[in-house]
Amino acid sequence: MSDARRFVVRVVALLTAILGINYVAWRWLFSVNWDYWWIAVPLVVAETYSLIDSLLFGMTVWRLKDRGEPPVPAPGLTVDVFIATYNEPIELVMDTARAAQRITYPHATWILDDGNRAELRARAEAEGISWITRSADWANMPRHAKAGNLNNALLTTEGEFLLILDADMVPEPRILDRTLGYFEDEQMALVQTPQYFVNVPDDDPLGSQAPLFYGPIQQGKDGWNSAFFCGSNAVIRREALMQLGISRYVGEVELGVHRALRTARSVIRKARRGLGQDQHEVLHALDEILHHIARARRELRRGQALFDVTYRFQHRVAATRRQLVGSDLRALHADLAIIAGLEQLSDDPDQSLATIDDAALLQLADRDWSPLGAVETVEALVRSIDVDRGDEAQPVMPMATISVTEDMATCMRVHALGWRTAYHDEVLAKGLAPEDLQTMLTQRLRWAQGTVQVMFRENPLVQKGLSVAQRLMYLATMWSYLAGFAALIYIAAPVVYLILGVLPVSALSTEFFVRLVPFLVMNQLLFFVVADGRPTWRGQQYSLALFPVWIRSFTSAFGNVFLGRSLDFAVTPKEKRQATRRRWDLIEPQLIAMGLLVLALVVGGVRLAIGHASPLGTAFNMVWVVFDLLIFSVLIKAVLYQGHETHAASARVPQTSTARPSDEGAA
Amino acid sequence: MIEFNVRTTDQGLGVVAPHGRLNMVAARHLRDAINGLIGGGTTRIVVDLADTTFIDSSALGALVAGLKSARQVGGDLRIARPTESVMTVFRLTNLDKVLRPRDDVEGAFDD
Repeated sequence: MSDARRFVVRVVALLTAILGINYVAWRWLFSVNWDYWWIAVPLVVAETYSLIDSLLFGMTVWRLKDRGEPPVPAPGLTVDVFIATYNEPIELVMDTARAAQRITYPHATWILDDGNRAELRARAEAEGISWITRSADWANMPRHAKAGNLNNALLTTEGEFLLILDADMVPEPRILDRTLGYFEDEQMALVQTPQYFVNVPDDDPLGSQAPLFYGPIQQGKDGWNSAFFCGSNAVIRREALMQLGISRYVGEVELGVHRALRTARSVIRKARRGLGQDQHEVLHALDEILHHIARARRELRRGQALFDVTYRFQHRVAATRRQLVGSDLRALHADLAIIAGLEQLSDDPDQSLATIDDAALLQLADRDWSPLGAVETVEALVRSIDVDRGDEAQPVMPMATISVTEDMATCMRVHALGWRTAYHDEVLAKGLAPEDLQTMLTQRLRWAQGTVQVMFRENPLVQKGLSVAQRLMYLATMWSYLAGFAALIYIAAPVVYLILGVLPVSALSTEFFVRLVPFLVMNQLLFFVVADGRPTWRGQQYSLALFPVWIRSFTSAFGNVFLGRSLDFAVTPKEKRQATRRRWDLIEPQLIAMGLLVLALVVGGVRLAIGHASPLGTAFNMVWVVFDLLIFSVLIKAVLYQGHETHAASARVPQTSTARPSDEGAA
Repeated sequence: MIEFNVRTTDQGLGVVAPHGRLNMVAARHLRDAINGLIGGGTTRIVVDLADTTFIDSSALGALVAGLKSARQVGGDLRIARPTESVMTVFRLTNLDKVLRPRDDVEGAFDD
């Protein structure tokens, strides 16, 4: 990074911020057309959203960090290379595994086969590649997708460092030589390298490459010690992950025990109310248990070690229960089944112990328990959330399981523990991007949902341990997914003007243009100087054109986090789907939007011709509509895209129709 | 290289004493040692850390796994006599808030 370039970027970022604030402040204070508040207010809110987006971008690139040549790694470090697979074609996984074996720095290569495929195992072992699948501990437990797969492997292996690769990401032999050196810094937890895709034509119709993200954006985040982990092509220090796992375990056990004791109290109180005054013995026993619960809560409040408290509590409750046995065996049977089910406290396999919703616990508390049943329930409750975390396969889960994008959630927690991360801007592994619109849309939805899940579950703005800048860097990425709502308004506003003649701005005065145009120009200039020759237009198009995906990510993640609904999670297929027909149905909302925009052009023209509209307003809004249409035009290209056909080798792979040439690995 | 001294006291406590650096490679041996005691019917276990010079988070994970195994059979796992450098690692992960170190091995189960 030359000083001159950093200086230019900072000047442009600063000017963009000044001009942007100047414009949006004026919009709020002087130019909202309150007569038509129903469109005027949404528009100024959307503009404010875009300003904040621009400010966060400016802050990101303020500290662009180009790390240049990496330090040479010390010899003798131990490294495990993990290739995570679920259902990808065996040949594709083996290609990646062979390339991983060819990595020059000494290491062990592991295929993490979540599909538990005998054929893959045989093929891997025949070539001396280790194969692992989930251990028996995972039977009937929440699996947590890729995060669970990695957590399982972490307990089976023992290298100091881990290189994580998706099944299609073929590494260069030098990948470890170019990344391990950064770990000389003992606080360095992770080094991320770019994700680059080989099966994408130059015009990138599906917007697969992310040249701005794997470049200036990550370099900017790196400047604030916030380089993100992106799930693949990253080297991680095991100690950072394990430390995270232990500290999360402690936090979840503490939270779980507090909740369990609270629920236990309700269960006992309820059982006590159902008793007659003559059942002295039982009444006495339940009072004793209430006393044990109160005592345990008091001890915890006083800061006594939690495992000591739960140990004593369980022994006291067991003693009381022994007195009670015999006094009401009859009523017990009905309760046993439910108690057995307690090990699985939550119905949603994606929920962890600390996220069990209170409603599930309340249901337990509300049931009519027999006295002995109630006592057994209390014991089972505390047991299930005590040390053994009966609802999870492993007590310690280093990789975060709160989100379908485990990478971002894990990285944020690692940063909160005080570790550092680095972004090394050199393509060291090449993979496969989706080649059809449907798969691409599924993938983007998954990323967006995962990001929004993290925002709802662990809002970066309130995470202890993160610096203010780190909080804003995480917020910036989450914020960008709100673009879906802004896009709706940016489509609606010109349509409303051209068809109904309603102007959300109080006047299209000279002042309006003098404030708006310099901001827009400077904002584009910022992109231009930051991109430094990398293409940015595709990314700009898709950030608006995929508005239905972004909106759905918010609604589905909201339903998942707060209402306990499923996300309809899908693994991104790495195979090309057989395109049977053009899938115009996939972009129906966008086609409707485009139809409205075209209709607005026609109606606007007619209204101008018959003298019902001002020439300036019509022209301004028509330019806006044409810009919107240019944005959406990428989707036409995407629907017509037939996949990447240039590899001669793709014909050699029968049936699976993957687009991966078998010898890509060494390239 | 790490060594494990495993013994059973007169009161029936199982004692595991790692000598040296308790890191990710040693973590597996620690788990095996604890599971060996539990398998042999000793459910009250003390891990004596007096001669443990270093501990990492993988080894803390092994302690937690041992605690889980012991509790599942009605017993418990306690730690005793950690050095200051080992306690620092406990504090980094907040494990000290839930797992209290005991001052001596023989009395680890007295309360």
